[in-house]
Amino acid sequence: MSERRSDNAGAGTGRTLLLFALVAVLIVGTGFVQSWNTALVILNMGLVSAIMALGVNMQWGFAGLFNVGVMGFVALGGLAAVLVSMPPVGEAWAAGGPRLIGALLVGAGVIALAVFLYKRMQPGQLRAFTVFAVVVVGFFVYRGLFDPAKEAVESVNPAATGYLGGLGLPIVLAWPVGGLLAAGAAWVIGKVALGLRSDYLAIATLGIAEIVIAILKNEDWLSRGVKNVIGLPRPVPYEVDLQQDPAFVERVTNLGLDPVTASSITVKLGYSAFFTVVLILILIAAQLALNSPWGRMMRAIRDNETAAEAMGKDVTGRHLQVFILGSALLGLAGAMMTTLDGQLTPASYQPLRFTFLIWVMVIVGGSGNNLGAVLGGFLVWWLWVQVEPIGQGVMTLLTSGLAEDSPVREHLMGSVAHMRLLTMGVIMLVMLRFAPRGLLPER
Amino acid sequence: MDLLNAIVALSNFVIIPAVAYGSQLALGALGVTLIYGILRFSNFAHGDTMAFGTMGVILFTWWLQGLGVSLGPLPTALLALPVGIALCAALVLATDRVVYRFYRAQRVKPVILVIVSMGVMFVYNGLTRFVIGPDDQSFGDGTRFLISALDFRAMTGLQEGLAIRTSQAITLVTAIVVVALLFWFLNRTRTGKSMRAYSDNEDLALLSGINPERVVLVTWLIVAALATVAGTLYGLDKSFKPFTYFQLLLPIFASAIVGGLGSPVGAIAGGFIIAFSEVTITYAWKKVLGYLLPENLEPDGLVQLLAVDYKFAVSFVILVIVLLIRPTGLFRGKAV
Repeated sequence: MSERRSDNAGAGTGRTLLLFALVAVLIVGTGFVQSWNTALVILNMGLVSAIMALGVNMQWGFAGLFNVGVMGFVALGGLAAVLVSMPPVGEAWAAGGPRLIGALLVGAGVIALAVFLYKRMQPGQLRAFTVFAVVVVGFFVYRGLFDPAKEAVESVNPAATGYLGGLGLPIVLAWPVGGLLAAGAAWVIGKVALGLRSDYLAIATLGIAEIVIAILKNEDWLSRGVKNVIGLPRPVPYEVDLQQDPAFVERVTNLGLDPVTASSITVKLGYSAFFTVVLILILIAAQLALNSPWGRMMRAIRDNETAAEAMGKDVTGRHLQVFILGSALLGLAGAMMTTLDGQLTPASYQPLRFTFLIWVMVIVGGSGNNLGAVLGGFLVWWLWVQVEPIGQGVMTLLTSGLAEDSPVREHLMGSVAHMRLLTMGVIMLVMLRFAPRGLLPER
Repeated sequence: MDLLNAIVALSNFVIIPAVAYGSQLALGALGVTLIYGILRFSNFAHGDTMAFGTMGVILFTWWLQGLGVSLGPLPTALLALPVGIALCAALVLATDRVVYRFYRAQRVKPVILVIVSMGVMFVYNGLTRFVIGPDDQSFGDGTRFLISALDFRAMTGLQEGLAIRTSQAITLVTAIVVVALLFWFLNRTRTGKSMRAYSDNEDLALLSGINPERVVLVTWLIVAALATVAGTLYGLDKSFKPFTYFQLLLPIFASAIVGGLGSPVGAIAGGFIIAFSEVTITYAWKKVLGYLLPENLEPDGLVQLLAVDYKFAVSFVILVIVLLIRPTGLFRGKAV
């Protein structure tokens, strides 16, 4: 057994190294051909994407769970970044903070009471009526408390704040908090939809993602809604500060670099260092988990649920566990991404970009293989960024026969931006058909 | 208390929009449920299939409008509908040939087909945006109102107006015709019966000599027609924007599941349940209550249970309740 495994690993290692070298060449090549700034931007988002892909791989590759709500969990991570790192708005807290929190607690209490009654009472008309009455009365009580408090908070200087702010803690703390928020949401969804058909989980997660985004867009007291939260604190120094630091300027000038470019590259390298540490830690943990008895059990459940259940494994319970873990990774990555952007813009969360692109990464990389997911994260992200310039070039070539002002040419050139979706879809379909196990297949 | 005005206001703002929206959802959910019944997977590309078919209709409508052709009071889009359906049918049949047939032959697990349909969704979405762009497009023409609020007030002397838009009336009529045709086809024709047999028990159907590829072909044709009609009606009633059609996926799936996946009657019932819940919960009841309650009890706020932006939450909550209490749906679909 162990011999066969090492044989396989030997064959796989060469392939793995080769493909990762290819990714390195692509990113370094971007540095040479375009600019080092662009290359580092791709690298940083690639690192974040790799963590997201690891999260989805945990759910799909380890356990066969179909999560179509990646965007929602990622956005919850972004919300955590705001809630942890932004300074609290004292006036808003004074105006209605405690009342607002109280109203939310009342709302949570109503739901808890309804669930409690539903579980404890005898099934029948009396139960249905009681639970319904609790929910309806509770809803109006909640709205009665919540609406005035919300208005009070949102009317405090709406142009600059208009929300409660955060805790004013270092933003790195937001990363685990983002994971926790996402895990909480995953627990609720998992409780409802796991144990039913696999499609139901997909549709439930699709729904929760839309709702999370709707909340971020509309609950101004929480996240400023579409007014966006900008200027999040950073874990790395600001470019301006570096440029004014004589020691830094001297050092880079000695290296023969322009201080402005050097400062922006230094900042990006700072992010890369942070993200690389997180990715490596997660990757090690995921590898250990995959090769542990727990990982073998997960794969056994994935491959044959009935047999695993006959062996006394709690299939739904294990599914819930891995679903929560994977979603927590998505939340963590979401918080990291918002840290990198330095702002939370709810309108920018698009399902095709944040849910389905991550799926392409996992499928291209190789579901069930952690290194594959990481590879897919980098490779597909690079492609996503570069398809547009490549498409522009191809389109220019194709339409070079047409007149400069021909409407067909204008339309085609204007549509180049949408080539991305088409390309990603085709790549996904081709992979699923001809290499369903991905570039780095599961061993 | 003013019962008549309350009823009129209720019809104007809740019942008529919900009936139109419900018909559109029902048509969409019928497509999802048919694919589920025959091909046995949840088709995530359905929203974008609707968008693609509607795009065909829009392009042909513009061409007709350019030629000066019109249907008088009716929207020209109705004339373009067959062309849109043909385009959409060509697209889904080509997709089936290139993509789905391979997996059908392998008898893969349904969840693989769902993921494949996600890839197809990407491609359709890209195609639609590539051709028509991601922006809002308007293509409705003809008379805007069957009865306008002003006329209604003049006619009845009531304070409240009742407006029925042409698009709403057309939606209802078209939906009834399409559903009647579909049920006639499924229950009375030989092909329809073979489809139902195939959906109920694949092995027995194959044993009795039903050609599975033919059943699949007919299913895709019907689905293309349903999707294009649903999409065009939605576009006429509201507006056409590719992303909105993608977002319709959630209420459509909720309708199909609430009714019971695989059950056509369920899909229709589900569509209306979702539509009515969405509209009633996001409607501001101030006006209606103002007519019904004595003056001193008139509400101060809007009496809106949820902001319109949370309409997805309504489909979602209904979906969750059904999953918790009766996962097979109201009409006992086949899924557990």
